[in-house]
Amino acid sequence: MKSNAASPTAAQSQAHVWVVFALMVAVLALAPIWVYPIFLMKVMCFALFACAFNLLLGFGGLLSFGHAMFLGSAGYAAAHASKIWGWNPEWCVLFGTLCSALLSLVVGALAIRRQGIYFAMITLALSQMVFFFCLQIPFTGGEDGIQAVPRGKLMGWVDLDDNQNMYVFVLAIFLACFLFIWRVVHSPFGQILKAIREHQDRATSLGYDTDTFKLIAFVISGALAGTAGATKSLVFQLASLTDVHWTMSGEVVLMTLVGGMGTLFGPVVGAAVIVTMQNYLAHLGAWVTVAQGVIFVLCVLAFRRGLVGEIAHKLKKSL
Amino acid sequence: MKRNILTIAALAACTAFGAAQAQVSDGIVKIGVLNDMSGLYSDITGQGSVTAAKMAAEDYIKASKSALKVEVVGADHQNKPDVGSNIARQWFDTDKVDMIADVPTSSVGLAIAQIAKDKGKLHINSGSATADLTGKSCNANTIHWVYDTWMLANGTGKAIVKSGGNTWFFLTADYAFGHALERDTEAVVVKNGGKVVGKVRTPFPTQDFSSFLLQAQASKAKIIGLANAGGDTTNSIKQAFEFGITKGGQNLAGLLVFLPDVHSLSLEKAQGLMLTETFYWDLNDQTRAWSKRFAAANGGKYPSMVQAGVYSSVLHYLKAIDAAQTDDGTKVAAKMKELPTDDPLFGKGTVRADGRKVHPAYLFEVKKPAESKGPYDYYKLVATIPANEAFRPLSESDCPLVKK
Amino acid sequence: MDIFGIPLQAFMGQLLIGLINGSFYALLSLGLAVIFGLLNIINFTHGAQYMLGAFVAYLSLTHLGVNYWAALVLCPLVVGATGVVIERLMLKHLYKLDHLYGLLLTFGLALVIQGLFRNEFGSSGMPYPVPEVFQGVFNTGFMFLPKYRAWVIVASLVICLSTWYVIERTKLGAYLRAATENPSLVQAFGINVPRMITLTYGFGVGLAALAGVMAAPIYQVNPTMGADIIIVVFAVVVIGGMGSIMGSIVTGFGLGLIEGLTKVFYPEASATVIFVIMTVVLLIKPAGLFGTQK
Repeated sequence: MKSNAASPTAAQSQAHVWVVFALMVAVLALAPIWVYPIFLMKVMCFALFACAFNLLLGFGGLLSFGHAMFLGSAGYAAAHASKIWGWNPEWCVLFGTLCSALLSLVVGALAIRRQGIYFAMITLALSQMVFFFCLQIPFTGGEDGIQAVPRGKLMGWVDLDDNQNMYVFVLAIFLACFLFIWRVVHSPFGQILKAIREHQDRATSLGYDTDTFKLIAFVISGALAGTAGATKSLVFQLASLTDVHWTMSGEVVLMTLVGGMGTLFGPVVGAAVIVTMQNYLAHLGAWVTVAQGVIFVLCVLAFRRGLVGEIAHKLKKSL
Repeated sequence: MKRNILTIAALAACTAFGAAQAQVSDGIVKIGVLNDMSGLYSDITGQGSVTAAKMAAEDYIKASKSALKVEVVGADHQNKPDVGSNIARQWFDTDKVDMIADVPTSSVGLAIAQIAKDKGKLHINSGSATADLTGKSCNANTIHWVYDTWMLANGTGKAIVKSGGNTWFFLTADYAFGHALERDTEAVVVKNGGKVVGKVRTPFPTQDFSSFLLQAQASKAKIIGLANAGGDTTNSIKQAFEFGITKGGQNLAGLLVFLPDVHSLSLEKAQGLMLTETFYWDLNDQTRAWSKRFAAANGGKYPSMVQAGVYSSVLHYLKAIDAAQTDDGTKVAAKMKELPTDDPLFGKGTVRADGRKVHPAYLFEVKKPAESKGPYDYYKLVATIPANEAFRPLSESDCPLVKK
Repeated sequence: MDIFGIPLQAFMGQLLIGLINGSFYALLSLGLAVIFGLLNIINFTHGAQYMLGAFVAYLSLTHLGVNYWAALVLCPLVVGATGVVIERLMLKHLYKLDHLYGLLLTFGLALVIQGLFRNEFGSSGMPYPVPEVFQGVFNTGFMFLPKYRAWVIVASLVICLSTWYVIERTKLGAYLRAATENPSLVQAFGINVPRMITLTYGFGVGLAALAGVMAAPIYQVNPTMGADIIIVVFAVVVIGGMGSIMGSIVTGFGLGLIEGLTKVFYPEASATVIFVIMTVVLLIKPAGLFGTQK
């Protein structure tokens, strides 16, 4: 899938990205003064999820329609580690990330065999399998999910039950992963990935093992989606089936689309928009689904670059 | 109608007479009705529950001349524990809600119970089925109204076995709730001399029960127990009709069926179904009068037992606030357990130490189309189970609040 | 006589049920395969259009008194017409873009349609009566087979095979296939390719709606009926090999049978068995059982 963002030339474009990044950090650091912190933590978790997804879609050109399986399975793993094994939260998040990385290795190995639409269909079907698996296996608690997950004490002494402490923790994770994605995109690996996205055969003829690169990208994306899921289950102290359901996979596609595929900040903005919309329109019930569908349609027909993409296009810079 | 207003007034007058104003946080008692407004349970709970809560607040204040100011808000949890707990957290943290009512779907109910405890507020659950709310997941800030899986299993299971249905085949939805329902009902059937000749686990959710129903038919069990809920139940009933299963002499036992379900199925398909509920609009003059009032405010739809439960629980809640002089969740919960309950819908009952509200239960059989005089005239009463037998005895409870 | 521990009666009964489910899988995957094979569009809206077919049948019955037989003709036409509108207004603009945009658009449309119906009708489901001539059961000796389900199997076989015949063996079908391969060349021969594409999309959608009408008396007509089935149908199409008409028909019926057997021997797995098969097929033959690597 070809990206719509402007392609950067050498080093000239990095400065303004740092500015936007600083702006983002400032907003996130100050917002809890006015906005309900739990809501902001939710936005950050979904923003990370969308960024991880965008790594695969926007930069790798691979549309996965099953990313929920990584979000959800990591959430279950982290919840289990915290509640049953009593691990500290940082280990729970790492454990969740590891589990979803393994899952994405297996799924990726299967799905990479096909391209384009087939790839999407396979990821969708495999994530359905994961959903049914989570539904039936006892440790996930089925419909109940894993409830009353303790947040624990960070490194043994920082009590995360205090929302402020938890907020700093989540913010740190989000920023660290965001920077990591930024680094990946602007590394030689990232360049090759973009080359594969633009023209896979040409990349092969240059001697790159395209399948391996795609698989690595898939695993990184899946692992980071897992980080988002693990963190989220600690924030809400709950891991449930919603996070492995295929509608969740659809939502992350929507967030990335609205924000801007192939841009760094697009998914963050997209996640903020969609989560806010869901929150404040929740009392309208099924109209939220309709609204999301309409936004999907409009974005695809008329607004393909997404919010950040349009801004970047106007400014003729890459964001 | 007059009789019950007088009863409420009498009881309330005792508490309000000479008493100072209740120390209510922010000056308002704010009740949040959290349920499914757009999905599977929207007819059973939904906007109707909000209406019921508002009616309860109005009726109570009118009858008791209480000085309480009450506000009722509603929200849709879409049957998802994460959505539900988000709303609950926000309600308790920033929106000054004091009590959350209703909450169908056990997974959400359990989550809300935990949050209520963490924040020292109150949750009065009318919609969830799981008996764990007053069992291993009980706490001092949660009260379980209307029904639970134990009552359903015992009510339906025992009464059916005693009336001759002693061989059972289970159609069980393959998830925690279905398993629990099957396990509890099987225990009751066996204890009362019945036999379970077979069971089959159906993937959850399923649209097509034909092959499972065929297996049930082949087993020749007298009773086919439907250990499922919502769409699974209505689909299995509809398809059982299609296969002529009831015509062949077998009876269906709906382990979790509500009046609106029967309404959407139509009597033709649901006739002969046996089920247990703790409220039916046509039980007595009081329930009839209230239900007609409710239907007028609810677009002509008659109340489910859950909606009736919301009304009843809000009445008792407000009474307890005036009696306890505060709306602090933990204290009001304790007061609700102290005061006996008496309302026009569920009759006399009590709230036990484990948070379980007890009242009589009723075994119904769905009428044949010819026996019904009009819409919602669907049930005939087969047996009444007294309050002290309908729910799990305290001695069997694994709730840590219960002193043994 | 017992087969693998199951009495022959019960076994044959389950096989027949599997065939019935397979009929729906076949009908739906046929519509998807027609649309994808000839148009290269992934029609995620297919599930919602299936639901639309059932709802139009229900609504026309309750408000206009249209009976089942008329509905069988009316609903595919009505819903097919909406498909034509969608294609003309929206899909047409996406052909020159990556195919994934078509997928995203139809996904969004599915959300809209489903959301609107959920708002209007709730989730409980509406009853739709079995047409009188099909009420009752056949006593086949080893099971009581409702007459209506027998009709479903026969009807879907007929529809599937005639569609296959039209596409693979007639001149019209040849034009369609040629137009997919090389639209500009075919257009140069004077054939109105865009109109053919529009009508083909409408036809595929009509097939989904037809499946919906036939499903209405069996399953409750409810807004989520499409969402539940669409992913399974996608798996069927992947297994069969997208673009192969005969492939989807055979796979649809075949998977229905396998799912039915799983329900007998190991019911807990019956929801996932199709995905497991899909995984296996992908490992051995990524193009699908009947597909060709495009």
